[in-house]
Amino acid sequence: MNWSERISPTVNAIPPSGIRRFFDIVADMKGVISLGVGEPDFVTPWHIRESCVYGLQQGYTAYTSNHGLLELRQEIAQRFQHEYGVTYDPRSEALITVGVSEALDLALRAILNPGDEVLIPEPCYVSYTACVLLAGGTPVTVPTTMDNEFRVTTAQLEALVTPRTKALLIGYPNNPTGAIMPKDELEAVAAFAEKHDLIVISDEIYGDLTYSGKHTCFSSLPGMRERTILLNGFSKAYAMTGWRIGYALANPVFIAAMTKIHQYTMLCAPITAQVAAIEALKNGQCNMQKMVDEYNRRRRIMVDGFNKIGLKCFEPKGAFYIFPSIKETGLTSLQFAEELLTQEKVALVPGDAFGASGEGFVRCSYASSTANLTEALERIGRFVKRYL
Amino acid sequence: MIELLELLEKDPTLTVEQLAVMLGKPQAEIAAEIKRLETEKIIVKFQAVVNWEKAGVDRVTAIIDVKITPQREVGFDAIAERIYRFPEVRSLYLMSGAFDLMVMVEGKNLKEVSRFVSTKLSTIEGVVSTTTHFMLKMYKESGVILDDKEDDRRLVVSP
Ligand SMILES: Cc1ncc(COP(=O)(O)O)c(C=O)c1O
Repeated sequence: MNWSERISPTVNAIPPSGIRRFFDIVADMKGVISLGVGEPDFVTPWHIRESCVYGLQQGYTAYTSNHGLLELRQEIAQRFQHEYGVTYDPRSEALITVGVSEALDLALRAILNPGDEVLIPEPCYVSYTACVLLAGGTPVTVPTTMDNEFRVTTAQLEALVTPRTKALLIGYPNNPTGAIMPKDELEAVAAFAEKHDLIVISDEIYGDLTYSGKHTCFSSLPGMRERTILLNGFSKAYAMTGWRIGYALANPVFIAAMTKIHQYTMLCAPITAQVAAIEALKNGQCNMQKMVDEYNRRRRIMVDGFNKIGLKCFEPKGAFYIFPSIKETGLTSLQFAEELLTQEKVALVPGDAFGASGEGFVRCSYASSTANLTEALERIGRFVKRYL
Repeated sequence: MIELLELLEKDPTLTVEQLAVMLGKPQAEIAAEIKRLETEKIIVKFQAVVNWEKAGVDRVTAIIDVKITPQREVGFDAIAERIYRFPEVRSLYLMSGAFDLMVMVEGKNLKEVSRFVSTKLSTIEGVVSTTTHFMLKMYKESGVILDDKEDDRRLVVSP
């Protein structure tokens, strides 16, 4: 029996994740310094963990409403009002999800018809194209370049928009490049979305991790609130990846449609984590700022390090990644990553794992201790010398 | 300046070069600033936090609550000075509440510490009473958890 024939063609058509492949090589090596990790090295701040323990003692072990705990939605709405001046009704315009991962899936499944195209600036987070495919849509990737610091331009978008384009999926600050979009350039994107009447899905999970100026929330731009599905979560800024809490903010029609899928597939996000997320929003700003400051210092170490090594890279302004070009070594991204791992035991992620336009680059995460980063930079420097 | 102080408080081994990169400032500026902070005694001392128990060295630490009669003109300060001048005294704080001074004393063994309390500390003029608490176990010192079991539990590579 050929069981793989029984698998849905949509699933079969999705290529295996480039990261997964690399993970299998790294997994059982010893003495490796990993710059390949896409999550904070900080453990969730204690007050958040402690509040979860207290919640469990109080018996918070049941389902919540499909939308999530109202108090959490209220805290989120309040935060967006305060930070970005965008108003969302916590009752009808917010949905708590199992990470941004689920929120992204819901958003795409709620809006896509077979054949609908979704514009996705690339390099991008690995799930974007796969989730569009799983939702029956057609991902149309929009390659961005290092020359423009991996910001997407309306010219690049205009070149690929068609009458079938239904949505634009953006994620800034960006994983894997660390790029951000300044406000004026986001305004141009907003005008583009308006002109072509597109829905914008904006994944702002790294929004709080912005190191120069303040993050611009896409739905805070004039006219954008109604056509934007805003995704955010607790994984990165609060160091809560394993808790699996994210959320979507959007107009009531989108939220109702997403909730319909969520209620039948997920029912609700875990209550223990929702309780902890409330504590994170209520009392976590100070700890978060400390982590942001620490990432910022490490970011400077990385930029300085790669400049000294002689690999071209632009200065990332957000998230916790740096994305140097390795073209001058004459190696492909995968060769670079594999050789670096065997020769010097430093793990990073080949850029093409984030789409074809990531070829020629590698993603280094600086969610690691200063000592680790310094040692890794030294090893990378030694390695690169053999090729330049 | 506050960020520089916070960094040095956490890790005094950071070099001027490293600090300059981390703070995005010229090395000369950082060097001058550290010098100033030291001259002005804002940075009092660069010191290591040692786990003596692990080093196999026996030491006894006691915290002693001391009640005193404040003196005219100098208040608590004169008595405090008479106490903190003893090298056995590791820390000394003026406290609000049920007693006045909290003295932390270190010695090789119980006997040594008790002798210090009975012969030196309690005999100082103006000391009304002392209550000695011996420390049994140190969990956290200067913001550092001594036996931290929170290892990095992340996958080596993740999206
Ligand atoms: C850009 C981006 N979006 C979404 C996610 C998924 O986040 P969550 O943990 O909230 O599902 C990640 C995680 O790496 C990410 O980098």
